[in-house]
Amino acid sequence: MSPMNAQSQIEPPLGLILELTHRCPLQCPYCSNPLALERAHDELPAAIWLDVLDQAAALGVMQVHFSGGEPTAYQALPRLVARAAHRGMYTNLITSGVTLDRARLARLAEAGLDHVQISFQDVQPDSADRIAGYAGAHARKLAAAARVREAGLALTLNFVVHRHNAQRVPRMIELGEELGAGRIEIAHVQYYGWGLINRAALLPTRAQLDAVTAAVEAGRARLKGKLVIDYVVPDYYARRPKACMGGWARRFINVSPAGRALPCHAAETLPGFEFPSVRDRSLAEIWQRDPAFARFRGTEWMPEPCRSCERRETDWGGCRCQAFALTGDAARTDPACALAPDHELILAAVAERPATPPAFVYRRMERAQPSRTASAVITSK
Amino acid sequence: MNQARSAVLDSTAVPRFGVGVRFRYDQTRAAWVLLAPERMFVPDAQAVEVLKLVDGSRSLAAIVDSLAARYAAPAEVIAADVAALLQNLSEKGAIRW
Repeated sequence: MSPMNAQSQIEPPLGLILELTHRCPLQCPYCSNPLALERAHDELPAAIWLDVLDQAAALGVMQVHFSGGEPTAYQALPRLVARAAHRGMYTNLITSGVTLDRARLARLAEAGLDHVQISFQDVQPDSADRIAGYAGAHARKLAAAARVREAGLALTLNFVVHRHNAQRVPRMIELGEELGAGRIEIAHVQYYGWGLINRAALLPTRAQLDAVTAAVEAGRARLKGKLVIDYVVPDYYARRPKACMGGWARRFINVSPAGRALPCHAAETLPGFEFPSVRDRSLAEIWQRDPAFARFRGTEWMPEPCRSCERRETDWGGCRCQAFALTGDAARTDPACALAPDHELILAAVAERPATPPAFVYRRMERAQPSRTASAVITSK
Repeated sequence: MNQARSAVLDSTAVPRFGVGVRFRYDQTRAAWVLLAPERMFVPDAQAVEVLKLVDGSRSLAAIVDSLAARYAAPAEVIAADVAALLQNLSEKGAIRW
């Protein structure tokens, strides 16, 4: 097959995730940002983001997710939203909500923002604030959610669940109804990066997981046609891995605050990769030709048991970052799969879950030491 | 099952796109798409014709009449298909009544 043919088979990306900044007022111990957070002075200027948005529309991107850190901390956010909306792309703000005051929200709505997703840490204010590491965060989020609805925008409530709040999922769903959300995300912590460092403090029991699943199913049945509930399970109790990012470089491009284009937000943890920068390469070139994007795309790279598995185009081999974090080799089958040769690593983590959770390691810039890598945590056990 | 569902749908009900849902033509894919929070649907040709008539003021009956006239097909057949489609999209959050 000629390289031209190989390229023409690559479908355009559906989603572009812009991590505008790693600055954030919250310190959640399961933050999806990398351990080595990028500083404000490394952030891309608005002119480059605007150009990236133009390129994304031309490439066929349908949805733009403005994320962070806290994306509202990036001054030019309304201009970026306006450009994305002008280019016909669906605009989604993924925010903590604590700084989403009326004036800011009005500017975003006017810019053409379609949807706001607010993260919640719990439904119990004291617990929510403790998890966020920010006193008063929960009250601010409730107010922000109400403002989003007043502004006529679609609202999603995102709850990250773990051993400290799993029992309150039924109440989380009720809160979504009360606040007029069209969608609720009940997402178990994913154990990479900060989540992996805090795994012993966060991992629920099997019984907790089952109760959450039952609560989600009951909520879905009750709210059918009124409110959508999306559920993200923790791989630690799954038999098959999740299709991380819908497959490596199949649907999404994630751009870090400094402009590195990644197939997923955690990909920078993988060794041996040089991820391209949007400062010096076009999005089209990155998507269609970059070796880092091509590395785990499709099924050719797969080892057994993935290669001959009937689910190879369902879960795409699971998560490369999890495979690396747990086994030291990003090309291994995701250990979350019960068929993986390294599955005992997951079983061991579950077996070693402490009865009393240790204190959180909060997400902080100054904590992000280069030596504190996920694999170092695993091997130091 | 679809028929059972359509039977309970009131033909005077007015479907509309949910808040934050956009129906538009995508040049790159040469296809109509329905964009919703964290979701994208690519409706088939028949569904596209139905969704083009969803404007927040036409009732289910008006949509069916319009399609029946255009395709010279029995309204009952069209009604069942349209109701099933809209009901399905309503469960996915894309259509609200």
